[in-house]
Amino acid sequence: MKDYNFAYLDEQTKRMIRRALLKALAVPGYQVPFASREMPMPYGWGTGGVQVTAACLTPGDRLKVIDQGADDTTNAVSIRRFFQRTANVEVTERTAEATVIQTRHRIPEVPLTEGQILVYQVPIPEPLRFLEPRETETRKMHELEEYGLMHVKLYEDIARHGEIATSYAYPVKVEGRYVMDPSPIPKFDNPRLGGNPAIQLFGAGREARIYALPPYSEVVSLDFEDHPFVASKADHCCDLCGSGRSYLDEVITDDQGSRMFVCSDTDYCASRQAEGHRGRLSPERVA
Amino acid sequence: MIEISNLSKSFTLHNQGSAVIPVMAGAALSVARGECVGLVGQSGAGKSTLMRMVYGNYLAAGGSILVDGLDVVTAQPREIVALRRATLGYVSQFLRVVPRVPTIEVVAEPLLVLGVPPDEARARAASLLARLNIPERLWSLSPTTFSGGEQQRVNIARGFAHGYPALLLDEPTASLDAANREVVLSLIEEAKARGAAILGIFHDEAARERVCDRLVDVTAFTPARAA
Amino acid sequence: MGAGELGIFGKMMPQPLLSVHGLTKRYGARIGCADVSFDLWPGEVLGIVGESGSGKSTLLSCLAGHQRPDLGRIAYDGADVLTLSEAERRRLLRSDWAYVHQNPRDGLRMGVSAGGNVGERLMAVGARNYGAIRDTATDWLGRVEIAAERIDDRPSAFSGGMQQRLQIARNLVTGPRLVFMDEPTGGLDVSVQARLLDLLRGLVRDLGLSVVIVTHDLAVVRLLADRLMVMKSGRVVETGLTDQVLDDPQHAYTQLLVSSVLQV
Repeated sequence: MKDYNFAYLDEQTKRMIRRALLKALAVPGYQVPFASREMPMPYGWGTGGVQVTAACLTPGDRLKVIDQGADDTTNAVSIRRFFQRTANVEVTERTAEATVIQTRHRIPEVPLTEGQILVYQVPIPEPLRFLEPRETETRKMHELEEYGLMHVKLYEDIARHGEIATSYAYPVKVEGRYVMDPSPIPKFDNPRLGGNPAIQLFGAGREARIYALPPYSEVVSLDFEDHPFVASKADHCCDLCGSGRSYLDEVITDDQGSRMFVCSDTDYCASRQAEGHRGRLSPERVA
Repeated sequence: MIEISNLSKSFTLHNQGSAVIPVMAGAALSVARGECVGLVGQSGAGKSTLMRMVYGNYLAAGGSILVDGLDVVTAQPREIVALRRATLGYVSQFLRVVPRVPTIEVVAEPLLVLGVPPDEARARAASLLARLNIPERLWSLSPTTFSGGEQQRVNIARGFAHGYPALLLDEPTASLDAANREVVLSLIEEAKARGAAILGIFHDEAARERVCDRLVDVTAFTPARAA
Repeated sequence: MGAGELGIFGKMMPQPLLSVHGLTKRYGARIGCADVSFDLWPGEVLGIVGESGSGKSTLLSCLAGHQRPDLGRIAYDGADVLTLSEAERRRLLRSDWAYVHQNPRDGLRMGVSAGGNVGERLMAVGARNYGAIRDTATDWLGRVEIAAERIDDRPSAFSGGMQQRLQIARNLVTGPRLVFMDEPTGGLDVSVQARLLDLLRGLVRDLGLSVVIVTHDLAVVRLLADRLMVMKSGRVVETGLTDQVLDDPQHAYTQLLVSSVLQV
């Protein structure tokens, strides 16, 4: 691909994004505006994440792309191919081997390490947006740390459902200062946001915002004293690898409504199976 | 308790060629504690105007009106509000209340404003309403739907709910039957006995004879009209 | 009379709660309000009356910090309001001050339940116990005569009068000392107005609130306000005790205003 600059974006654009990233890392949880570019994919397909990844990639990187934890879904496959073609970087499905991981809606099960970069695709970066539609007002609320409204949202949840029913994109407070939308990851993943050795970068293409969590940031999920935050998941074990600790997808397997629960993180599940772990519906058991 | 000296009043009708109508000049009188002074004079002589000035409802043009040491003529509105809450009561001929408020609350309100506990205030209101022969079934209704006589009695109950040290009474016995007239007169006598200074207008001569210690003819305060 | 007899309301504070001097706001060459001065004392209700365009709404929005006056001083509890940082000013607006809009839709979050609307100010000042927030919200709904079982309904399901009462509860839940009201009985039916007026009178009395109420309805101020300020063309033309201004108006404009009210 000689027709494109390395990783598709021109160097000036990447510099602009890197400056935004540095500011975002310097002010954890703060949404930095950036001049989001048109990318050769529709909004909602990860244009923010792709721009951040492009600005981070070096020729020596090894890239992993996941969508809802899976390496083999359309979105993950096309973004991985995009960078294979435009940056010619190595790719991998192994979390531990990747230097840069672009993700949609999950944090990998395998703990990340120092030196890794996790890039999140973000649809709506503003956690206050659902209750306060005015951008000028939400900016002012961040500026003055007026976050009462965030708890109104949680209050409404409990009033309506008897518990905090928000199960993804669960709001957090970063380093005791900014309230942040962690992107639509399940709240099961929230505890991994804080104290994480990896760099976590968030890119929202349509909304033109970048924010970040530097390694080992303090991240607290908002809650009430009498309704504390719980990182919940389906009360099952993986039917393929038998893990009782991973986040699960529910899969309908036939027209009679039979279901199975499988790890949403395909690499984690495959690795466990390779190590000999088995679940309720592992092929050899069923057969 | 009430000291009026050299009081004058005029009305300026800006919308009728700025006509200035002097209605009172050189008015002076005093009412001591435990005393009841009746204002007399023909209709239009300024009895009600004088009462209204004492209450701060009409603005005086000159002179002074001391009520418990406060000069109503020059006092700040908030001082008059405080005076009306604690010291100076006024029973007018007309009842002015928020529609839909129950009678018992209307009567208890002057006490509630003073911070009297609600139960105590309502008990006092109930005893006054009972004494003035307002049937108990009406207490929870708004007095705006009552007959003239009933409204007048609610007004009196409200005016006597708190033991004001000074009281202004504008025709308190008008439109009352003999029994209720008797109740009102005994309320006035009780107020005098506890030391209240009372200034009143009574067209009912027998009532005037019974409760008033002195009479003041306001005709003497009528200014000489310019031709 | 002794201080004890006066109870909590007669207690004279050493300084006014709100002190306004020479307040002026222009819109280009046009005067919004000019040279307005007054003191509001604790527990006092000040009515501002005048017809549309008299500057009463401009004055209210300057007082409440929604607009910045061009000239003049506003002191709240001795502190200069106009030099407060925005953070301090907004903190004041959601704790010590309250603002009741004419249209409840401007003062409520229509997409949030009644309980959430009342609870917002509590959460904004740091309340983090759901049960306690809900108990307080329930108590306040009761005080404004909204049934407890409506706590999870959205205001869009409420009548106009209920919405206005909800707005009042939402404003008063943090125990403010100063309340600004802009035509609070505005778009309501007459019978609903009466109930709201009675409710407001009771709350003002029981909580010892200081209130600045803007209205063109003289009947409303007669029942609610201790003191009146009459405005015309941006200027104050007359001030005084409410019943004195209404029954013995001194200024030509006030006389016209009072005599223009239809008698029923």
